[in-house]
Amino acid sequence: MIKSTLTPISNKPLPDDTHACWSCGAMRAEHFCESCGKVQPPAPVDYFTFFGLQPKVNLDAAQLEEDFYQLSRKLHPDVSARASAREQEWSLEQSSMLNDAYRTLRDPIKRTQYLLRLEGVELEEQSKSATEEARTTGQVKKQIVPPGLLEEVFELNMQLEELRMQKKVGEDDLALIKEIGRQKLELEEKYESLLEELQKYWKEWDGLIDRGREAAADERAAVIKKMVDVLNRRNYIRNLVRDLTSALES
Amino acid sequence: MTAERIVGIDLGTTNSLVAFMQGEKPVVIPGEDGSNLVPSVVALDENNQAIIGNRARKYLIETPDHAVYSIKRLMGRGIEDIEEELKLFPFRVAEDLHAGEVLRIKLGDKTSTPPEISALILRQLKRNAERYFGEAVSKAVITVPAYFNDAQRQATKDAGRIAGLDVLRLVNEPTAASLAYGLDKQQNGIVAVYDLGGGTFDISILKLHDGIFEVIATNGDTHLGGDDIDNLLITIALDDIRGDLGLDLRRNAEAVQAIRKAVIDAKIALSSQPSVKLDVELPQGKRYQREITREQFEQLIQPIIDRTVGPCRQALKDANLKPEQIEEVVLVGGSTRIPKVRALVKEMFRREPHIDLNPDEVVALGAAVQANILGGGSEATQNMLLLDVTPLSLGIEVAGGVTDKIILRNSTIPASAIQFYTTQVDGQANVAIHVLQGERELAKDCRSLARFDLKGIPPMAAGIPRVEVKFLIDANGILHVSAREQRSGKEAEIQVQPSYGLTDEQVESMILDSFDNAEEDFRRRQLIEARNEASTILAALEKGKKSPAWGQLTSDEKKQIAKMEKALNAVKAEEDYAAIRRAIEALNQGTMRLAELMMDSAVSSVLKGKNMDETDLGEGLIAPHPMAKAEFK
Repeated sequence: MIKSTLTPISNKPLPDDTHACWSCGAMRAEHFCESCGKVQPPAPVDYFTFFGLQPKVNLDAAQLEEDFYQLSRKLHPDVSARASAREQEWSLEQSSMLNDAYRTLRDPIKRTQYLLRLEGVELEEQSKSATEEARTTGQVKKQIVPPGLLEEVFELNMQLEELRMQKKVGEDDLALIKEIGRQKLELEEKYESLLEELQKYWKEWDGLIDRGREAAADERAAVIKKMVDVLNRRNYIRNLVRDLTSALES
Repeated sequence: MTAERIVGIDLGTTNSLVAFMQGEKPVVIPGEDGSNLVPSVVALDENNQAIIGNRARKYLIETPDHAVYSIKRLMGRGIEDIEEELKLFPFRVAEDLHAGEVLRIKLGDKTSTPPEISALILRQLKRNAERYFGEAVSKAVITVPAYFNDAQRQATKDAGRIAGLDVLRLVNEPTAASLAYGLDKQQNGIVAVYDLGGGTFDISILKLHDGIFEVIATNGDTHLGGDDIDNLLITIALDDIRGDLGLDLRRNAEAVQAIRKAVIDAKIALSSQPSVKLDVELPQGKRYQREITREQFEQLIQPIIDRTVGPCRQALKDANLKPEQIEEVVLVGGSTRIPKVRALVKEMFRREPHIDLNPDEVVALGAAVQANILGGGSEATQNMLLLDVTPLSLGIEVAGGVTDKIILRNSTIPASAIQFYTTQVDGQANVAIHVLQGERELAKDCRSLARFDLKGIPPMAAGIPRVEVKFLIDANGILHVSAREQRSGKEAEIQVQPSYGLTDEQVESMILDSFDNAEEDFRRRQLIEARNEASTILAALEKGKKSPAWGQLTSDEKKQIAKMEKALNAVKAEEDYAAIRRAIEALNQGTMRLAELMMDSAVSSVLKGKNMDETDLGEGLIAPHPMAKAEFK
């Protein structure tokens, strides 16, 4: 499998780019014609553009939902069930894009990951290709420990190993279980606090978008790097908590 | 443009129904026997003619090898995953079946695939609708369990096509039920639909918002339902009989069916009575008698109904909701009549379930609502839109036999995902893709949907081609795949090998008679039916002529009848069904007095001490009068 690379958002046409409706000829037609209501041929746009949004992380969730419902009423295949085969095809394409876009944008973390992907950062692909490589080489999947977590993770992994050994021979070291439980709780708190950190960078990013073209490329790159860093740590902790939970429950 | 007639069909494990939107209200279309429910039983009669529904039920006991029920359990499944089913159901699999082939079931001397057998049920429903409307019906919305996978959905769609129906949409059963519920209630809020039917269980959680029915999460078990309760009771009865009466009836299909009927009756009775007595006649003049109390029954079925708890919890978890946040729980499916099931639902969701809707009919009614929406809508439905989800994650097999999920379960459909593939060897022209459905980590634990071969990739060095493959789940929950090699812009050819389904060619060859031409077919069937009716009335007349009542007619009356008889005989062979109908109607009127006289003599012979059986009433000249027109409401 090869990585997909997407054009950065800044090169894309702006969302208010208009074109004429194929059916009635009226101007101002995006996904459907505002004049005659007919579905339009799908254009390859990113999810933000699809909703007519700027590529910002903070958005009005209630408004997004409302827009999703309103667009569904125009684009869902049920609406064009009696239209021509061509329109039905477009409707299927458009509504699948609408659903994919809504699913991605309504979740702040997915939204961030998507935004990063548009900027050329493939978080998922990174972990996916690392996983695949580990599997083909016969290694157990090992994630690279984010630098900030090295120390505590090392300690915790030792304890986890000990717990597994004990479980194997049927022993229960209550003190150890308690200790691991405590650390798990700490990690969960850390996980939550990382969200706050991320939210700070979201604001920074959105501020850059507001400044438009005058925002320097290196400023953008810096915020992107910070977001990637937080997400990597977050993912790592999530996996670790999952391992701890299954070790404690087994 | 007049709205097309689109019907809604609930193709159930135990019963099937057809409904349509009459004005602003969905109604169920009854069959010829007046019943709204058509039992999903298919039998072959002495002349190898397919009999469907209530009339087919007696064959289950009399000639069990000529009858099939619960065929829905086998839809879209392979021989390797029905082992459990074969232990519990009297399905007889064709002996010459090869691994990887579509399942075929023996019915009499013939073997048929599950979609073909389901098509016979669909065709009966289609006929019922046509009889009701007096015109051809060729478009339908068919419901499927929400938890049906791609293969099961495809099999249902194939069944529709075989029956001569253009299946405009497959709708998930609980979602359909919510449409009927929502049409009724017109309220916003979070609703759960708990659907425990004859063979399948679904739980769906929806958000109702100004006419939008948005499914948030769904879960279920496509092999859990009332059937499982029946099978448990049958097993217990057979064990009892072996122990107490020393009779091993496990291989005696007739006896098993007689017991099955008795336990089903008992199960139903126990929903309203504290106890029932089972009393079944057995071979060798023996009887099986036993009393079951509701308490015993509830203890027995507890493990079965407990299996609905896991899917409910998972659906709540996926929806990110607590039970208290569900504002209403709607019960669907015949098995939700069982008080213990209702108690379980109440405990789980901490509220009294909504039981105002007829649990047998609500799915078909909802299908009719969706049919109406697709047909352009009416005042009642114009604001309604259903946003459903895919119940299972879609994945592809990657290195090491691992599933890489590309569309997660509970994604709103239509949904799509794009994957990129490249080659590993210089000049490689094909890439194989294995598509899976399910939640498990390893490919071997997921459902294999299909294997695709991307062909005709232009010769390039390894790793250079960039094939974009688009996976799209449509609004029916069925997968479509398309591919394009990006560097050459060439559409890559995709060869699909469905893991469990029929190929297009197979479906083509199965299409019943000339059902692709519904108008022509309907006209032909009307003609055949009219001719059959003509033969019946003519035969009845022959009998009448031999009865003493004939002598009581005046010579004028006899002459009139002879004239009308001749007229009917003349038009009978011709193609004009309306003319035949008119001639039948005339003869029907003309023989009214003869029928009355025969009725009188029958009654008087009863008075003379003869019983009805000994009195030859002729081919039913009494009730119902064979000449009576079929009723069109």
